[in-house]
Amino acid sequence: MAPRHERLEALAEWRRQSTWVDGVLLAIRLGVAATILVGFGGSLVAGTYSIGNIASFVVFGLTIGCIYALVALGYTMVYGILRMINFAHGDVMMVGSFGGLFAADALSGAGVLEAAPLLSLPLVVAAGMVVGAGVALGVERIAYRPFLHVRSLAPLICAIGMSFVLQYAARGLFGSRNRAYPGFGWMERTFEVGGLTIPMLQVVAFVAAGVMLAGLLAVVRLTRLGRAMRAVAEDRDAAALVGIDVGRVIVATFAIGGAMAGVAGVLYALVFKQITVFLGFSLGIKGFAAAILGGIGNLPGALVGGLVLGLAEALGPALLLEGFALPAPYQFKDVIGYAMLVMVLIFRPQGLLGERLADKRA
Amino acid sequence: MSKVLEVSDLTVAYGAIRAVRNVSFRVEPGELVTIVGANGAGKTTVLNALCGLRDIRGGRIRLGTTDITHLPPQDRVALGLSQVPEGRRLFPRMTVAENLEIGAYTRREAAAVAADLEWVLELFPRLRERGRQLAGTLSGGEQQMVAMGRAVMARPDVLVLDEPTMGLAPQIVDLVLDALRAINANGVTVLLVEQNAYRALEIADRAFVLESGEIVMTGTGAELLDHPDIRNAYLGYDA
Repeated sequence: MAPRHERLEALAEWRRQSTWVDGVLLAIRLGVAATILVGFGGSLVAGTYSIGNIASFVVFGLTIGCIYALVALGYTMVYGILRMINFAHGDVMMVGSFGGLFAADALSGAGVLEAAPLLSLPLVVAAGMVVGAGVALGVERIAYRPFLHVRSLAPLICAIGMSFVLQYAARGLFGSRNRAYPGFGWMERTFEVGGLTIPMLQVVAFVAAGVMLAGLLAVVRLTRLGRAMRAVAEDRDAAALVGIDVGRVIVATFAIGGAMAGVAGVLYALVFKQITVFLGFSLGIKGFAAAILGGIGNLPGALVGGLVLGLAEALGPALLLEGFALPAPYQFKDVIGYAMLVMVLIFRPQGLLGERLADKRA
Repeated sequence: MSKVLEVSDLTVAYGAIRAVRNVSFRVEPGELVTIVGANGAGKTTVLNALCGLRDIRGGRIRLGTTDITHLPPQDRVALGLSQVPEGRRLFPRMTVAENLEIGAYTRREAAAVAADLEWVLELFPRLRERGRQLAGTLSGGEQQMVAMGRAVMARPDVLVLDEPTMGLAPQIVDLVLDALRAINANGVTVLLVEQNAYRALEIADRAFVLESGEIVMTGTGAELLDHPDIRNAYLGYDA
């Protein structure tokens, strides 16, 4: 540690240079730190939650975090290549989730789902992927391709339009009530590890999401298509000049993002057992938040953002708010999630793993 | 075998402004041809039209026996036309090795690609120890070497370069132009756009002078070097 007089000088220097905005920001930091300390201390003192409870919150947080990460990947991949947020992405995920539902219903009707859930699950996930990828391709064709060589906000507006089209079309076709996913046989059970009761489906969803994420990162890092995607993201014209078909790379990006969203929609349904046509907005905005949190345009960032958001939501209410003796701390999970997002945007605008945009070009 | 590049009546417009007007020229197989011209004369526009990055208003572009006028950029690369763009335009977050390898994106024969990579590394030995470094962290001269290497990795018949010596120290300029001559001697037709007219004319077989979007003069490199108008306008001394 620096000697005392140096530290005082640094403090004086900060006071000379700081404006009232810096003061406000500092106050926010201190306020958050105080809230966390008081809440955390209070939670410990109250002792409502055992280590077992906490551990099951962690498991749940990781599971939902992986699902957020899958959704976030679609946002971040499209942003990386087009510098544009695909606002229809949440609804692509919702439609993919319904695709999975219909596949699961069909398998359930045939009795396969109950008898062989481990065989059926990949089929249901695949249905979600195919539907998600197909819808994403439609969104690309209608909302993005016509504007490929135009610098305008039109694709953004069109994507918002597509979001409504998908949501209300789904509402008209499937109805707006909750739709329950059929049971997956033995996967519906729970199991115990060290006195901890864990729902099997959470683990299944976690593993499936992890496999998908690892597969996607491998594709982007190791394959010809992945290299082309990175090249287009870095410099579209230069990519065309080395012989990359930029249009096809964009199509592939939407398809992969849509497939990942479809997987996320199905896994979400596995964990929560039901879906509605409004799922696209709520889960879509979470995925978007996760992408921003991790640093938009950055693939590992989407993963980190999703997990951090999932863990914060799952653990935050119990660990931080219990001490305030609130009547329903769990209802604050979104407050915690979005407060964290706003804080990251204030103190680290480029996201957890993101780079400052100014450094983008060499 | 190298291919002829033939441009006839090329016209490119930005809105109502015609930046390139009825430009016609031919680059014979194996030649090293340079386009000389002031800032804004339309040199980069011509190159981008050749490579398909810019829509054209009129005219035809032929590479060998193929009419490439309406082909997308990636098909032109596959047919043997590569560009080293202005400002190098590397992929800064990829390694040097990845930048070079992606130059061969349109090619499938792994052995031939590996041989060409070796050739590029012999041409620019300095890149050999930089393979795992991110391209964005290289010096300007090294980045130019990677940009040229990347274009060569496509094994082009015709290589077009836009201002490859811009912003480089004089001894690096020598290195870049020597490498360019070596590439040309290896059978690749070269079309070079340069602001450094003197250096470009020195190494060129033939040259065109582009002024306000039109070709106003053609000749061998030596002829233009001695031409009083050129000396005045582009070489910076009186005849």
